[in-house]
Amino acid sequence: MPNMSLEKNKMPHQDPNVRNKNFQEVALGYTLEQAKDEAERCLGCKHKPCVGGCPVAIDIPAFIAKIKEEDLEGAYEIINRSSSLPAVCGRVCPQETQCEAKCVRGIKGEPVAIGRLERFVADWHRLNVEKEPALAAKNGHKVAVIGAGPAGLTCAGDLAKAGYEVTVFEALHVAGGVLVYGIPEFRLPKAIVHAEIDKLKKIGVTIETNTVVGKAVSVDELFSEGFEAIFIGSGAGLPRFMGIPGENFNGVFSANEFLTRINLMKAYRDDANTPVHHGKNVAVVGGGNVAMDAARCAKRLGAENVYIVYRRSLDEMPARKEEVEHAMEEGIIFKTLCNPVEITGNENKFVSGMKCVEMELGEPDASGRRRPVEKPDSEFMLDVDCVIMSIGTSPNPLIKSTTEGLETNAHGCIVTNEGGLTSREGVYAGGDAVTGAATVILAMGAGKTAAQSIDEYLKNK
Amino acid sequence: MYPIIKRKELNPTVTLLEVKAPRVAKKAKAGQFIILRVDEAGERIPLTVADTNPEAGTVTIIFQIVGATTEKLNHIPEGGSLHDFVGPLGVPSRIEGLKKVAVVGGGVGCAIAYPIAKALHQQGTEVHSIVGFRNKDLVILEEEFKNASDLVKIMTDDGSYGEKGLVTNALKELIDSGEQYDEVIAIGPLVMMKFVAQLTKEYGIKTTVSMNPIMIDGTGMCGGCRLTVGGKTKFACVDGPDFDGHEVDFDEAIQRSRMYFETERHHHEETCNLFKGVE
Repeated sequence: MPNMSLEKNKMPHQDPNVRNKNFQEVALGYTLEQAKDEAERCLGCKHKPCVGGCPVAIDIPAFIAKIKEEDLEGAYEIINRSSSLPAVCGRVCPQETQCEAKCVRGIKGEPVAIGRLERFVADWHRLNVEKEPALAAKNGHKVAVIGAGPAGLTCAGDLAKAGYEVTVFEALHVAGGVLVYGIPEFRLPKAIVHAEIDKLKKIGVTIETNTVVGKAVSVDELFSEGFEAIFIGSGAGLPRFMGIPGENFNGVFSANEFLTRINLMKAYRDDANTPVHHGKNVAVVGGGNVAMDAARCAKRLGAENVYIVYRRSLDEMPARKEEVEHAMEEGIIFKTLCNPVEITGNENKFVSGMKCVEMELGEPDASGRRRPVEKPDSEFMLDVDCVIMSIGTSPNPLIKSTTEGLETNAHGCIVTNEGGLTSREGVYAGGDAVTGAATVILAMGAGKTAAQSIDEYLKNK
Repeated sequence: MYPIIKRKELNPTVTLLEVKAPRVAKKAKAGQFIILRVDEAGERIPLTVADTNPEAGTVTIIFQIVGATTEKLNHIPEGGSLHDFVGPLGVPSRIEGLKKVAVVGGGVGCAIAYPIAKALHQQGTEVHSIVGFRNKDLVILEEEFKNASDLVKIMTDDGSYGEKGLVTNALKELIDSGEQYDEVIAIGPLVMMKFVAQLTKEYGIKTTVSMNPIMIDGTGMCGGCRLTVGGKTKFACVDGPDFDGHEVDFDEAIQRSRMYFETERHHHEETCNLFKGVE
């Protein structure tokens, strides 16, 4: 008899007033009992609408059925067939707009908590199973992957499973891309990312860190080194600034810089060698997941007041609802319909405040959202000593500028067909480098698609 | 890991390291830089490439002990290794077609100025090198500059070696004596570059400076290295490190370089005490 409760089993969390002072994980994960109870809410629909909502097409009802049977390794194997990074996706995927949005149980009540169940299974596997993964028979073909983020790692994992000899080139000193430099520890513990990457290494993926493709080696040189196909998953790492006066005062950071110092360089720890600015009153400009991450990090570093400054209203905010709620619970102050026009500085050129204007919503713009319009004479000062710009990122031009014949669009995004093929033969691309800043799971989906295309291309070559 | 093949102290605070990094050695050109980490928990610091040996696969860097990380770096012996070493980063210096150039170096900046003087000399450019130091004990790369230049002027603040005075005094003298430079390339402390640029602006001589601001990734990702050049924001790591000295907002760059001054000083003192305990 299925569990007909209209609500999901609640996710256990650290108390907001405790967690906003530490960097440990916020969500604590289901117990076996909670997971089994939640699994019983799944109706096991024959037409599996949820699978259609998953960018990597995990057989969701099948893995949930295994949880009901308490065959957790069986559940893990089903997920792992489609996803190289299940412990990551269970945490950071926007399930509410993907699998869970298609769930029949969501028509009346809350959908099945698919994401929480995925996380439960992946965590159980990591903590309980020490089994060497099966190695695929080598097929003798070499593929290079540029960028060890979600797209590149997925592509590398799938190709290695198919017998390819894969080398991933990573510019930073550790693999993981945005999973290690962007998403904070309290949302995605780095030990989990490293464990997932170790699994890839065990199935034969080679990772060369400290190698900037486009500088140390070009795409064309990789072909002459014997790689037969190349996947570009270099992400969208270039931060945007607003172009308002005062943006170069000390204490103004891109969200990338602020988060990289904290997450990649561990500046939040007492033993870290990399410094980070501890603002007392911090404004984070923007309304995406990255803005929420930056605001919550600033709070954890001890800021008294942290503001999210966003020019539209809460309804238009691109961040996941869950992230916004978590931020609010932790005491982040939301200044919506508010836009900065100038950052002011003191005599030492450190930030002394931010001049803002109030906004109201007008007619819908190209994005379909109502365009924010400045209210006349609404200027006011926000008392802050630190400003974090989190208004989006663009693809890095390094590879485009050093690869002849690689087509990009007006935004600098690499142009590909549905299979991920670029304008160059044997060169595939996916993730934020193609779409502009998007989600981890979309990048993984693109890496997966490209791996299939590369497999077909090299088999028929 | 990146082994240190050779280590040489050039003066009490400046050390040369030759590091095995074949991919970087093959590609690096004058004006480009690398980023290194000393150990697992180390910060990423940018250092300019002083020389390369593509056949041996080695890259030479020269650094001055200024903070905790360079202090630790200075304690790694020959035969030891660096945890991380990535590059070449930034755009190589543009030196093609120059007939006569004054290369101005200040302090450890001479380590960056030297490979440029050498590259200019190798392509047949007439090179006048003006290098400045606080005193005789701090003079570095004298022989190297002499081998790569048609004229070398060594300046010291206290007159203990070469001529007494600032590099700007020597440069002004040379220009006033009728030397005609296509370009002045100035590399050193921000204040020195600022005053060289002010001087050459009066004479209308094109001037290139090499900026070395705070940065993390070195690939355009963090934006920490941004500076204002000709009223526009530029990232030193990908748009530079070379910029038109007459366009750079030096005062802003000086302020930005002081962002972590207090933290860094504290950190350096702690590290020094740590080493004192060991020795």
